[in-house]
Amino acid sequence: MSVLYVLIPLALAIVVVAVVAYVWSARSGQFDDLETPALRPLIDEESKAPSRRVSRPPHR
Amino acid sequence: MTVGATTPRPVANLPTDASPATRVACVHCGLDVPGPLRRGDGPSFCCAGCEAAYAVINDAGLAAYYGFGVRRRSPVQASGRAFAEFDHPAFATLYVRERPDGLGDVELYLENVHCASCVWLVERASLTVPGVASAELDVGRSRVRIVWDRAATPLSQIAQFLDSLGYVPHPYRGARGEEARRVEDRDALIRLGVAGALAGNVMMIAFAMYAGWFGGMEAGFERYFRWWSLALATPALVGPGRVFFRSALGALRHRRLHMDVPIALALAAGYLQGAVNTVRGAGPVYFDSVATLIFLLLVGRFLQQRAQRAAVDASELLASLAPSVARVVEGDAVREVPVEALLPGWTIDVRAGDTIAADGEVLAGSSRVDTSLLTGESRPVAVAPGAAVFAGTVNIVAPLRVRVTTSGEESRIGAILRDVEEGARRRSPVVRLADRAAGWFIAAVLGLALVTLGIWLARDPARAMDNTIALLVVTCPCALALATPLAMTAAIGRAAGRGILIRGGDALEALAGHGTLILDKTGTVTEGRLAVVDWTGSDHVRRLVVALERHSRHPIAAAITRAWEAGPLPAATDVHETLGGGLTGCVAGNTVVAGSRAFVRRHLRDASVAMPDAADGCTGAWIAVNGAFAGVVSLADPVRAGAADAVEELRRRGWAVELLSGDTPLVAGRAARALGLPEAAARGGASPEAKRDRVRDALRAGPVVMVGDGVNDAAAMAVATVGIGVHGGAEACLATADIFTTRPGLAPVVELIRGARRTRWTVRAGFAVSIAYNIAGAALAMTGRVDPLLAAVLMPASSISVVLLAWRAPTFARTRA
Repeated sequence: MSVLYVLIPLALAIVVVAVVAYVWSARSGQFDDLETPALRPLIDEESKAPSRRVSRPPHR
Repeated sequence: MTVGATTPRPVANLPTDASPATRVACVHCGLDVPGPLRRGDGPSFCCAGCEAAYAVINDAGLAAYYGFGVRRRSPVQASGRAFAEFDHPAFATLYVRERPDGLGDVELYLENVHCASCVWLVERASLTVPGVASAELDVGRSRVRIVWDRAATPLSQIAQFLDSLGYVPHPYRGARGEEARRVEDRDALIRLGVAGALAGNVMMIAFAMYAGWFGGMEAGFERYFRWWSLALATPALVGPGRVFFRSALGALRHRRLHMDVPIALALAAGYLQGAVNTVRGAGPVYFDSVATLIFLLLVGRFLQQRAQRAAVDASELLASLAPSVARVVEGDAVREVPVEALLPGWTIDVRAGDTIAADGEVLAGSSRVDTSLLTGESRPVAVAPGAAVFAGTVNIVAPLRVRVTTSGEESRIGAILRDVEEGARRRSPVVRLADRAAGWFIAAVLGLALVTLGIWLARDPARAMDNTIALLVVTCPCALALATPLAMTAAIGRAAGRGILIRGGDALEALAGHGTLILDKTGTVTEGRLAVVDWTGSDHVRRLVVALERHSRHPIAAAITRAWEAGPLPAATDVHETLGGGLTGCVAGNTVVAGSRAFVRRHLRDASVAMPDAADGCTGAWIAVNGAFAGVVSLADPVRAGAADAVEELRRRGWAVELLSGDTPLVAGRAARALGLPEAAARGGASPEAKRDRVRDALRAGPVVMVGDGVNDAAAMAVATVGIGVHGGAEACLATADIFTTRPGLAPVVELIRGARRTRWTVRAGFAVSIAYNIAGAALAMTGRVDPLLAAVLMPASSISVVLLAWRAPTFARTRA
């Protein structure tokens, strides 16, 4: 059972990574609009003109 | 409301003889193409708008648009405007942000955005305009964010382009508060996620501990687990859990109690005792309960905030549709500038049908002005050179030149709006049911805690502290605190589906009681436009009158045309309109005169003939044929169908219904009678200020609900306990409304009151359930039978019962309106 002394800190380290990733994504506005991004893959498929988005605006 | 969004060259009136077999679909929108527009070769279009959009799309090399299965199935409705005001410096300072790299960044609200194909079209097609660096559409909010090179392309060109595709652009007016709200939303989301992750992991460790409890566990492991759960519960408490302590301290500082006070108490007691017991290595710990509690409470808060935010978003979109342009006369030229840039002394050109953009004095032209927005008067007022006109009123008949005297905040409408903002800020908050309960709750819990402590000190001092803390934890009013927000959120969500947008739960709570309900007459109770109610002449004359009247745009003429236009009518020739008088013309060989009493009398052969009055409280139009008096048309603003029943139900539910109107007392009295109200309950001739004062008076007797639709009601609505804006109302009115409906009439108001009652019932039922759990928990704790496992089971069980209750309760009907 002493493996628990390793496994719990390990599990919690993974949790920390997940939480940090989550906080980053919320801060950078990934959850602001949950509708449009789902539609975008449908439309970007056959992009004739290579993307002219010179620079995407920094996320709000 | 949709100024500028006039239907473009509609061909809808053309006869459509399309049988299914010969049906021709518009290449752009897929609707039937009317016969005359069909082309044998090449694509056919249902209207010029679609044809133009098709050309634009093909020129841009985006014909793939037509390969999408799901497309917008509606004809293109371009406004065809120049959008010159989008290039004005004042517009830029208000709505355009300059990015560090020198590009401009603007957010526009687009009409007619629906689906995936819109995303594709708007984003792709915008990029074909030279100078556009990026365009990103938010479908849910119908907003596009455009980054472009200001030196290369004027914004008006981009606006015209979007317009030509049928997406009429408007400046997004909510942008200023937007940034703060975005940050707030993200913070709430972060708190929720972090609390959830921590609660989940504390729970996982707690499971191991409970298993060890029953199956036996080495003391070393137990200590190890305890320290880990302490390590996880600490960030949950000082991170996401901090909001409860902050709000509890705030309440105590103002010497008030609300639900966060007992919550903070329970969280602190549970955590501190757990920490002490962890360090000393004995006694119960409640870290799993504490962490779960924080998570569940945050979920409730998050849901409530979201529901309210959706309503606020919707109202801001409506505000964005307000007219933004004024036509300034400079020499011979007319230039479009944003309303915000108008200065006193300038001359503006106001076309018939346009909203006047500033207060001013008429220089040239004579017309009639619809002032109902400002005064509530349903009859248009005649204006001539020298007359004062006000911002927000609508010019109806003929073009006017107006010299601006005051604009923006200084104008009369601006002053009313300032008043409104102040009123909204000063509005006393509704005391929440949950907050009233909080005081009793704390008293009861603290009393029981003392009793427990006393009893156990006498019986078994070693367990006294543990049992007292167990009582505090197990009685944490989690379910009690969730009952209100969840029931409100569920109700607000359901109401939105019925076209009733509620911005705050407090309003719903106030509506569940009773008090005074004040209705604005024009547009709320009545149709807001004239209709024929009586005619004293013959059917033959009636046909002559309508043949003449359909040539005029005057509201009376329009009402007569609406009521009587049927079948083939004789042609009218020599039609002449005298402003402030009436119409003359020749119909089927007869000279027909229609207009005011004095005007018609001048055209009578025998000027001494008696001409009867119009029906009581009505506007009249007198008719003469070939110099002889032929009858009088009585017109009134009719009470909406179903309004009388609605008022009857409101009164039955304990509301004292009153009618306030800017119209004359006679007209107001007539409407009151039609509603089944005593005439004493109707007040006519009420200015916006008088309405506000009436609401203040009524507030002394209890809660006041103000239902209105115009700027003239906005001040009163801001002062009232609850302001309800009805469909078609002015933007200012929607801005102050706590609730607004997207359906006209009083039916949604009745539905709202019913729903509010049911919501209150749901909240109370939730209270009863959670208090029952708490009583059971307190009894167990006092007898020393609560251990951490029982606490961890009891607490979520009570919360879940409250959640189910709130979600299943039939507050508003589920069907969409």
